[in-house]
Amino acid sequence: MTKVHQDIEAALSCVKNGHTLMVGGFGLIGAPLTLIDGLAKKDVAGLTVISNNLGEKGKGLGVLLSQKKIKKAIGSYFTSNREIGEFYQRGEIELELLPQGTLAESIRAGGAGIGGYYTKTGVGTDLAKGKEEREINGATYIFEPAIRANVALIRAWKADTLGNLVYYKTARNFNPGMATAADVVIAEVDEIVQPGELPPEEIVTPHLFVDGIIKAKKILTKEGVKVYE
Amino acid sequence: MSDKEFMQNMIARRAAKELTGPCIVNLGIGIPTLVAKYIDDENVFFHTENGLLGVADVEEDEIDPNLVNAGKLPVGESIGASFFNSAESFAMIRGGHIDVAILGVLQVGQTGEIANWAVPGKNIMGVGGAMDLLVGAKKVIVTMTHTSKEGKSKVLNECTYPITSTRSVDLIITELAVFEVIEKQLKLIELMPGVTIEEVRAKTEADFIY
Repeated sequence: MTKVHQDIEAALSCVKNGHTLMVGGFGLIGAPLTLIDGLAKKDVAGLTVISNNLGEKGKGLGVLLSQKKIKKAIGSYFTSNREIGEFYQRGEIELELLPQGTLAESIRAGGAGIGGYYTKTGVGTDLAKGKEEREINGATYIFEPAIRANVALIRAWKADTLGNLVYYKTARNFNPGMATAADVVIAEVDEIVQPGELPPEEIVTPHLFVDGIIKAKKILTKEGVKVYE
Repeated sequence: MSDKEFMQNMIARRAAKELTGPCIVNLGIGIPTLVAKYIDDENVFFHTENGLLGVADVEEDEIDPNLVNAGKLPVGESIGASFFNSAESFAMIRGGHIDVAILGVLQVGQTGEIANWAVPGKNIMGVGGAMDLLVGAKKVIVTMTHTSKEGKSKVLNECTYPITSTRSVDLIITELAVFEVIEKQLKLIELMPGVTIEEVRAKTEADFIY
């Protein structure tokens, strides 16, 4: 059995109009740039995107924003893409801002079969408005629902053909969490190896979470994003 | 070094004095990032919320685009460093495993509450890990310039921008003074070299004890 896709269109055939997508990365670091580029070329609209940022202006998820394919974004730090402000002012995008830890934990909960959880983060701030409060052991917590997506597009370092994944340095970030919290998970990787080549103790995402693998062609380098064929 | 850089480094150097190992420290974006270069204690471990414990300096020729801090700036990894995912990183933060967080802020109120994520009238679009750090770090130190570019005090009676947490910070370090927050009250504990109490009074809207 192999989960490896040769062609990006086939890998992205699971993404439909109006879908909710999780997209890994902390800015462009650890973002699946090849898959995002594939979405830029795909005729798809009305997406809800769950990602820490929306890339940068004209880069990463910023391309999909410019193309008006994103209806709603859920994330913690949209400031890194200045274009979002203009879209927001014109009413062309809906934004849901979550503290970064809440975003990460809501994804974790979504992948772990948890309906939601209580957290102290954000209590008493504008981001807690309208959220259920509860006293637990003398402290105030707010309820945060778990989040899931139709499709998660993630970035890893190496995959074996079964779908086991390992990650590279701080390009890990939201990727392992998102791998657990979507109906279909597609991983973009630098290197594809045979089963048995990744030491079992070092596998971060076991293969049962992963549905498809594709080799990365757009890669973040010191000089910026480069395309490799 | 420009005047601004000199001032920022002075604040960072003072903040560094608060860190003695063993301790786990999270540095925010801006002045806090400068603190690391004034630490020479192998038992002070730097945590960055995007997933690294053991942040170190990096030389220009060793920059790796996939090894960055929370400000997306290139960093190195120290001996004994580890990488982890975002949920685990925030379990460390929210779960009380970070000893000290050093943060930049827009405003501080006289009860020690801070505002550092939104400005009214502007689009509210970035909070990052600030709210989690306020809730979870054992000690929170704020490093900031005392006044805005327009010369207005940033140490206020009450924050006019949306607050980051109802929790008060523990220590406030500016280019003029150091304040400790004791029972929701500011106490001036130190003047920076060459600064007078009159100058601090003139540039501080908040009430403080001395």
